[in-house]
Amino acid sequence: MLHIYCPHCCEYREEEEFHAKGQAHIVRPLDPDACTDQEWGEFMYFRKNPRGIHHELWVHAAGCRKFFNVTRNTQTYEIKEVYKVGEKPTIVAE
Amino acid sequence: MQHYSGFGLLKHSLSHHENWQRIWRNPTPKKKYDVIIVGGGGHGLATAYYLAKQFGVTNVAVIEKGYLGGGNTARNTTIVRSNYLWDEAAHLYEHSMKLWEGLSQDLNYNVMFSQRGCLNLGHTLQDMRDIERRVNANRLNGIDGEVLDAQQVKEIVPILDCSSDRRYPVMGASWQPRAGVARHDAVAWGFARGADAHGVDLIQQTEVVDFIIEDGTVIGVKTDRYGEIRADRVGCVVAGNSSVLAAKAGFELPLESHPLQALVSEPIKPILDTVVMSNHVHGYASQSDKGDLVIGAGIDGYTGYGQRGSYGTIEHTLQAIVEMFPIFSRVRMNRQWGGIVDTCPDACPIVSETPVKNLFFNCGWGTGGFKATPGSGNVFAASLAKGEMHELAKPFSMFRYHNGALVDEHGAAGVAH
Ligand SMILES: Cc1cc2nc3c(=O)[nH]c(=O)nc-3n(C[C@H](O)[C@H](O)[C@H](O)COP(=O)(O)OP(=O)(O)OC[C@H]3O[C@@H](n4cnc5c(N)ncnc54)[C@H](O)[C@@H]3O)c2cc1C
Ligand SMILES: [Zn+2]
Repeated sequence: MLHIYCPHCCEYREEEEFHAKGQAHIVRPLDPDACTDQEWGEFMYFRKNPRGIHHELWVHAAGCRKFFNVTRNTQTYEIKEVYKVGEKPTIVAE
Repeated sequence: MQHYSGFGLLKHSLSHHENWQRIWRNPTPKKKYDVIIVGGGGHGLATAYYLAKQFGVTNVAVIEKGYLGGGNTARNTTIVRSNYLWDEAAHLYEHSMKLWEGLSQDLNYNVMFSQRGCLNLGHTLQDMRDIERRVNANRLNGIDGEVLDAQQVKEIVPILDCSSDRRYPVMGASWQPRAGVARHDAVAWGFARGADAHGVDLIQQTEVVDFIIEDGTVIGVKTDRYGEIRADRVGCVVAGNSSVLAAKAGFELPLESHPLQALVSEPIKPILDTVVMSNHVHGYASQSDKGDLVIGAGIDGYTGYGQRGSYGTIEHTLQAIVEMFPIFSRVRMNRQWGGIVDTCPDACPIVSETPVKNLFFNCGWGTGGFKATPGSGNVFAASLAKGEMHELAKPFSMFRYHNGALVDEHGAAGVAH
């Protein structure tokens, strides 16, 4: 069971209150009509899936319902840091 | 290869079963192969078997970082069925189903394939509409299937609570009589023995750590134990580790790896003689020949490479099981474990060429690839033998995520299958 710190509620809560929403920092192409099929497909479907450090988007679904980012090790499950959307992580995935 | 038979069993009993032949060799790898398969799970071993037996390519090595069948192959809930909605998927899984039906004879190894039927329950009107659509689609594809109402379901599984005042009442089900279960370890061992007998080298305890790529073409692999081993073609069948290996070859796959769990109960007397699955409350169960209830859970919500899975998921699954089978509420659970499954955005596998020439990937089977083991191996072997994808595999190219031709079983099945 993960204990996750919500940067909006400013407290630790149990994993069950949260939902993981996949890879963080995915930027929607500014001009989708100008994208090649490859660029669009990659934006839609291709995700980082590292065995190690990963930046993820989470939502405090059964709490404040706000989104935030988590840097987590997908092998050890250790949560390295939690930061708000718009902020930069201090630990960067290779 | 020693042929297994009733007579052999009798003969060996005279020497207290101490002189059985080893069922595969433990060779040192050669410098070069025609084909290297990375990953000694069911799919990789089946690929090697069919490559050698059906396509005459016998200079083959399977390289496995752990032991044969130690991945998802022997961690799953063993459900085999072919009632998929989309034509492309239905054809692939039905190809597999036909191979299952003759597999024990073909391998001369009892994989304990038991066609005890499979029920996919419906708990809402929408579930029932989807079931009707899927069963009709199956029948148009020549795949057996029936739509049952709650009464008929109750007749097949008397211990299922089909009363209408439940929170999620059973309204009916789809029923595939030819579906069933198989003994998962035996599937890996049977294919391994068959491949070995045809000259395939099974290299265990050896991890592929990198590829040797020259001018965009793969010419071999690097291993942690035997250094470089060359090959004309390389096929990767490493399930949850596919993204990690693709990254070594310099490209990305549209995969996310999640832990998926299963649990088994203490053994009880025979009480459930079919497979019951429910997408809606999300739980599925069957009873093994040994008597334990084999229960499948869902994937963890976040990606992970830990072969255990989170507790919340188990709790959720057991709630669903007890909702459907109140009679199981006091049965003790004996063991729980997880596997790492590689899930695709459209819940269909990738059996494909890649941006690197002569490097092929067979992955993305997610939560439902055990049923495909013989079929996957068969079409992948055909593709590796010719260097060109088999007709049944073509719709499962990794490039479908660029051209938009997805085979969206997620839309059809909703969850894990
Ligand atoms: C709990 C659970 C329940 C499931 N239930 C069902 C079910 O009821 N029905 C169904 O159809 N499917 C089910 N599945 C899915 C099914 O088990 C898989 O889709 C299938 O087994 C995949 O087979 P595979 O041979 O591709 O993978 P695996 O059996 O995982 O084999 C991959 C192998 O590659 C090896 N490997 C990885 N990296 C390397 C490397 N770098 N070098 C060398 N070797 C490497 C691994 O050690 C592993 O042995 C379930 C899965 C799980 C985990
Ligand atoms: Zn919060």
